[in-house]
Amino acid sequence: MFQKWKDRVTVTDIVMWMIGGTLLLLCLWGSVSTIRAGLYTKSHWIDFLIFGLAQGSIYALIATGYTMVYGVLKMINFAHGEVFMSGPFTGYFVATAMWRSDFLDNHPIMAIVAIFAVAMFVSTMVAFLVEKIAYRPLRGAPRLIPLITAIGASFFLQYLFKGLYGSGVNAYPDIEILNGFWMIFGIRVLKIQVIVIIAAIVLMLVLYNFIMLTRVGKAIRAVSEDKEAAALMGINVDAMISTTFIIGGMAAGAAGVLYALMFKQVHFFMGFLPGLKAFTAAVLGGIGNIPGAMLGGIFLGLIESVAPALFLDGLGIIAPYQLKDAIAFTMLVMVLIFRPTGILGERLASKKA
Amino acid sequence: MTKAQSLWNQGVKIGAIGGVSVLIISLIGMVESFGKRDIIAGVLPMGVAIALIISILAAYMAAKKTPISDKSIQFANAVVSGLVISGFLAAFVMIGRSFNIREMLVGASPVLYSILTGGVAGAGGIFLLLLTGLLCGAFAGILYMLRDLPRRLTVNALLTIFILGLLQELILPILKAWDVGMINYLAGLFYTLNGLTPVGAILSVVIFCILYLLWNANQGAIKSKYAALPKEARKKSQIAALIVLAVILIVLPQFLGLFLSEVITIVGLYVLLGLGLNIVVGYAGLLDLGYVAFFAIGSYVVALLTSPQIFAFGLNFWQALPIAVICGILAGVMLGIPVLKMRGDYLAIATLGFGEIIRILVLSDFLRPWLGGAQGIGSIPNPNLFGFQMVKPQHIYYLLLAGIILVIFISLRLKKSKIGRAWMAMREDEDVAQAMGINLVATKLLAFATGAGFSALSGAIFASKIGSVYPHSFNVFISINVVCIVIIGGIGSLPGIVVGAAVLMGLPELLREFAEYRMFVYGVALVIVMLLRPEGLLPEARHKMEFHDETEAGAKTVA
Repeated sequence: MFQKWKDRVTVTDIVMWMIGGTLLLLCLWGSVSTIRAGLYTKSHWIDFLIFGLAQGSIYALIATGYTMVYGVLKMINFAHGEVFMSGPFTGYFVATAMWRSDFLDNHPIMAIVAIFAVAMFVSTMVAFLVEKIAYRPLRGAPRLIPLITAIGASFFLQYLFKGLYGSGVNAYPDIEILNGFWMIFGIRVLKIQVIVIIAAIVLMLVLYNFIMLTRVGKAIRAVSEDKEAAALMGINVDAMISTTFIIGGMAAGAAGVLYALMFKQVHFFMGFLPGLKAFTAAVLGGIGNIPGAMLGGIFLGLIESVAPALFLDGLGIIAPYQLKDAIAFTMLVMVLIFRPTGILGERLASKKA
Repeated sequence: MTKAQSLWNQGVKIGAIGGVSVLIISLIGMVESFGKRDIIAGVLPMGVAIALIISILAAYMAAKKTPISDKSIQFANAVVSGLVISGFLAAFVMIGRSFNIREMLVGASPVLYSILTGGVAGAGGIFLLLLTGLLCGAFAGILYMLRDLPRRLTVNALLTIFILGLLQELILPILKAWDVGMINYLAGLFYTLNGLTPVGAILSVVIFCILYLLWNANQGAIKSKYAALPKEARKKSQIAALIVLAVILIVLPQFLGLFLSEVITIVGLYVLLGLGLNIVVGYAGLLDLGYVAFFAIGSYVVALLTSPQIFAFGLNFWQALPIAVICGILAGVMLGIPVLKMRGDYLAIATLGFGEIIRILVLSDFLRPWLGGAQGIGSIPNPNLFGFQMVKPQHIYYLLLAGIILVIFISLRLKKSKIGRAWMAMREDEDVAQAMGINLVATKLLAFATGAGFSALSGAIFASKIGSVYPHSFNVFISINVVCIVIIGGIGSLPGIVVGAAVLMGLPELLREFAEYRMFVYGVALVIVMLLRPEGLLPEARHKMEFHDETEAGAKTVA
């Protein structure tokens, strides 16, 4: 028995377990000492949690796009962060135009719907065109090639929008009805955060039901299962791949507007970090798995907002919030090492690891 | 669709693509900011030249893609697509002049409109624009109908003008540096301070044509003569060529000014980085997007050991250099271990994550007492060689040259060694390589370690060249730049890396207006190279074979 175990475990495994164990111990140690030191009150933690949920649900929406594209094409759509950026960046000009003409203050709901419509349309078009121009000619190429193309497309889009709309950071206009607080169960919560959470959850439910219940959704699932077999069953594979990009683009555009409404600013580089985080979320949930991406996104958002205070403050690290992104990336690497199939992904285990 | 319609489809479609492309480069401001630099002084600004090149290229493609091989239809298609392109631009100018779109599109300026309409106001300008499109299309159509030799001659002659005009800032100072009456006269004849003179342009076309025709006539004779030489003589001539190259490389900085030497050292740094990444990506096939981490480690180790700030170890550059390289190698192994089991895109993302983690850690206040935080570490002494201070970029150049030659030598030896073959086997198929008895763990770690060591060497030289290190110098763009160099140059090919670094790093430094569009152009270049020539500009012979094999096999399965 021991012999068998010894044969299977390599030195690198042991090193990895040691690293993982150390990190886990550090986190535990940090949490215990933070809580014992009582640096934060209960309302602080609740603030962290709600902010984390809001941010996480945005990540979750972006992550669905990554995960669906991975499902059908088995590639990381590196340019998805830019799809996310393009919508709200364009929406910004609509928003300011409406703000200047007082439409935004007089008909806030209609204005918000208009911003969403424009942003989702632009993001969808960008996603569709990227697939058509950059990825479609590369079907069946060695795997490194679409990845590099995707990186190229990502930079092209970033600097295209920088050139078109300018390199400044643009502040989204204030929308009166989204400001202020609500009291929920005696807890003061920012309105915008609650709205972001609810909107994202509704959108995710719609998306999930679309994929699970409609004929198109079924066809997309069939394509991600097996392209050749799907084609034999009379499914237009190229059209389904395009549809996947369109759905992903719509979700990213909506997520982008939510992000812009929450953080109140847009710029050409805004897609890079959320894009990477959403990818992390998709990996966390098990790439190719839609509910997994949603769970992963929310989990990542929570970790990002809670962990610096919980894990790092107790270890005596100065300014733990600077390390927020490092935590997310560490988690990405750890998940890739220890459970490349993610929380919910089992299906893809042998195929892609 | 009727038959008549389908004939014009390609013309309109390609014209639309070309129109959108020209519109994009106009809107992001490329045409306007390149308008300040002339290819031919006072006649042809560079921005316009680029727009014209795209239009002619699109029209040429339209002629080529015409479904039937009827000369007049092909010509007409080229003209149609030229007209469509200028139609797009004309519509844009008219819209821009009547509505205020500048609020949203910052590039849509009156200067741009005036460039596009040739400086003529009102309807005349629009007419001029359309006429230009028509002429571009007609030119492309004629070009398509020409025989092979005159066509190549025209295209290459035009390219010569473009390149000579583009490289004015490179060539002019070199000519001026001689300071001989004759050469000064020639320089004045060909160049103004802003591009070629019209006389210079015509002269260079004439000279080029003569040379080209001469070469064309004697090419076969020279080649067969060379092939007829005995083996030793051929080898001798190769060695002679190498010696000439070495002499040129050694005396080069003496003829370059300070600015050009600076550019050359930047190119050299990236060549060194590219050579290192080439081992990881090119030989072993592991896409590492966190490559900048090792560059940073090399820089910071040298900075910490030599700078009087923070620790004040007081070592000199030559003592710190091997330590930096060893630290880089160790870091390569340490970051390599966790990603051993990952492949392809997962590996790329995980290494990207590592690169960012290291940058964030260095930047954080938490590690500030040891690494200097956002302020970085300053006053790193210049390398001192036997009492000689290497201060100027020219001196660093020799340091880099030595490093590059060493790294090229190691790379070439490694490639032909057992390890090199193991790397390439692994690149092709990990499972098969393992089945053949290759120890994947050791092979992969060796690749990471070697690449990281080269990168750390480059970082060490970088730190002593700049004299200070900041975390902001080590962002993900460095990694992406290096990946671009390796891939656009040709994966696995050493000359490709030198060419890639010169084109991707050197050119933007020379064309300062270009710097703003650097990442944009990289993005486009990456996509286009991957779509049209996935093996890169100067591919390794073996890689090229693979790609063409694959496309043929792909074509067969489709058929």
